[in-house]
Amino acid sequence: MRQRSLIAVTAALAAGALTLTACGSRDEGGSGNSDSGKGGTTVVIGIDAPLTGDLSALGLGIKNSVDLAAKIANKEETVDGVTFKVEALDDQAQPSSGQQNATKFVANDEVLGVVGPLNSSVAESMQKVFDDAKLVQVSPANTNPSLSQGTDWQKTQTRTYKSYFRTATTDAVQGPFAAQYLYNDSKKRKVFVIDDKKTYGAGLAATFTAEFKKLGGKVVGTEHIDPETKDFSAVATKVKSSGADVVYYGGEYPQAGPLSKQIKAAGAKIPLVGGDGIYSADFIKLAGASGTGDLATSVGAPVEELPSAKEFVANYKTEGYKEDFEAYGGYSYDSAWAIIEAVKKVVEDNDGKLPDDAREKVTAAMQNVSFDGVTGKVSFDEFGDATNKQLTVYAVENGDWNDVKSGTYTG
Amino acid sequence: MNELPQQLVNGLLLGSMYGLVALGYTMVYGIVQLINFAHGEIFMTGAFGALTVYVYILPDGTSMLIALPLMLIGAMIISTTVAVGAERFAYRPLRGGPRLAPLITAIGLSLALQQAVWAWYPEAKSARTFPSIPGGPFEIGTVTIQTGDVFVLCAAPLSMAILGYFVMRTRTGRGMQATAQDPDTAKLMGVNTDRIIVVAFALGAIFAAVGGVAYGLKYGQIDFRMGFILGLKAFTAAVLGGIGNIYGAMLGGLVLGIAEALSTAYISDIPGMQQFGSQSWANVWAFVLLILVLLFRPQGLLGERVADRA
Repeated sequence: MRQRSLIAVTAALAAGALTLTACGSRDEGGSGNSDSGKGGTTVVIGIDAPLTGDLSALGLGIKNSVDLAAKIANKEETVDGVTFKVEALDDQAQPSSGQQNATKFVANDEVLGVVGPLNSSVAESMQKVFDDAKLVQVSPANTNPSLSQGTDWQKTQTRTYKSYFRTATTDAVQGPFAAQYLYNDSKKRKVFVIDDKKTYGAGLAATFTAEFKKLGGKVVGTEHIDPETKDFSAVATKVKSSGADVVYYGGEYPQAGPLSKQIKAAGAKIPLVGGDGIYSADFIKLAGASGTGDLATSVGAPVEELPSAKEFVANYKTEGYKEDFEAYGGYSYDSAWAIIEAVKKVVEDNDGKLPDDAREKVTAAMQNVSFDGVTGKVSFDEFGDATNKQLTVYAVENGDWNDVKSGTYTG
Repeated sequence: MNELPQQLVNGLLLGSMYGLVALGYTMVYGIVQLINFAHGEIFMTGAFGALTVYVYILPDGTSMLIALPLMLIGAMIISTTVAVGAERFAYRPLRGGPRLAPLITAIGLSLALQQAVWAWYPEAKSARTFPSIPGGPFEIGTVTIQTGDVFVLCAAPLSMAILGYFVMRTRTGRGMQATAQDPDTAKLMGVNTDRIIVVAFALGAIFAAVGGVAYGLKYGQIDFRMGFILGLKAFTAAVLGGIGNIYGAMLGGLVLGIAEALSTAYISDIPGMQQFGSQSWANVWAFVLLILVLLFRPQGLLGERVADRA
């Protein structure tokens, strides 16, 4: 009998482990190495992003860009008597790790603002922790509308957390923008919608679907994939037999790359279209040669082409970061700079010193921050969302993302 | 278009890969009653061994015709070394101890191996691209088969045949059977059971290496976490087919793979079941199948009703 009960125990373990696929905690991501200043007060800007794992390409771009902002602020002595340092924690794209990191930031009195996270699902787990501590959080990448406008955002918009801000455009704009491009410019009529069931992916797919149907397009199939596997052959076969002329994917590049490859291998030579979550050089690597023609929308105008971004790109090169700044580099820099601006305001209003309730004051000051950043004018509306609603469509050509069309979504 | 033949082939390909990995679970279990949860990582290290041969040893642009056999050998060397090392240093000291001790060790080893590859293999922090076999897809009727799939279609039955011959016909193979039936009596009959156990680990690792190369060829990428989920599925396949039975492992793999493909394809067409039909539900249906099989045949599809020894 013992033998059988052993199998029962291990089978139960296996089933449990299938749901808990996060595997152990990894290194905590060393704190940044900004120049230590010449006396005065130290203000730490926290960074929370996936620094390891599938999404680390995007996460490391965020970390480096924030680090750059802190270095520049120290060099130019933007805030008199204040030296900025950064502390980066790894959330592995897991909500549970994100919440632990948020608690750590709150416990460190020197932290006056946090840039991050990358994932909307991680943001959900952090918001309350930060809001209770009145610690300001600026995400360069979250696009799910409910984070700032409440879960019922389609009907009544209410702001739940006063400490949450973002420099990225929401999916309430991004999904419909992609739908309009596909329907009006690419003349696509039959779409197969796939998502990964996560906060970001499912939300994006839903806003896309609503707009595409409104325009008169047809959804010929929907599918939800399991982000833990790499075998999407069964889904790819369904896409092929559905007769769709385009696939819309709500999710991120670690799954989107293989998915695109397998859909084409199944014989459906149609483009895969996604949001900012697939706008990464790694998508092109994973999708392989057949990924040419795939499309992605991403927030803002192409950073490389904005005149305001030239300086950022040059400084990033000078610092010699190993990793590329990726999709959110400019937004991360602007997020960090918004925190720096808010700290500056608070310090100036308090005769050049940090007040005791600095966190609360910085959060309040953030609402009125306004400056010309890497990605254009940076300021926040009444929900803490970016007022800049620009988006760009990119296409994979010759192994690189090339911008096709920039614009703003208009109702 | 009727997509059934294609979906069956999709399931068959996925199932063959589960089967190749499941062989290792079932052989080790049959002989030492240990569920080697680190086997998924042995599969993963095999894939990285093959990648090492292709990227760091062979000159650039080597034809896959020459490279593939060498990659297979590299994969087998690495995975066998890891498996035999794990047996010698992690499991053998615990043999004779409580059953749960080696099981927990196996889980720990699984995590340790993942982290070791993550930390020390160059650029393994995100997925690495794996070479693919050139050549267009083959169309047979309505079924499309990729060049990478041809490898697993040939390798899985061939591996099965070789293993069947080895276990049934060779002296070592008979020693394995004897050890599985009764280790103490086998020892009395002059079978070196310690050596037999090492052979079981090594054989399992060799098939896992073949599976690892098949995975790389099929999906074009490998990463340090690839063995985790696949290992659990392969273990499930081994239990489904009857753990301890090598043919059962392969059959269990195929049944599991086909069940996943068909549930993804067809359950959403059943009225009222639409929300349960997507790929994210395929695992649920696979486990429902496992539970049903175990309810009616607790010993698995091909398992034999053997007297419990413990």
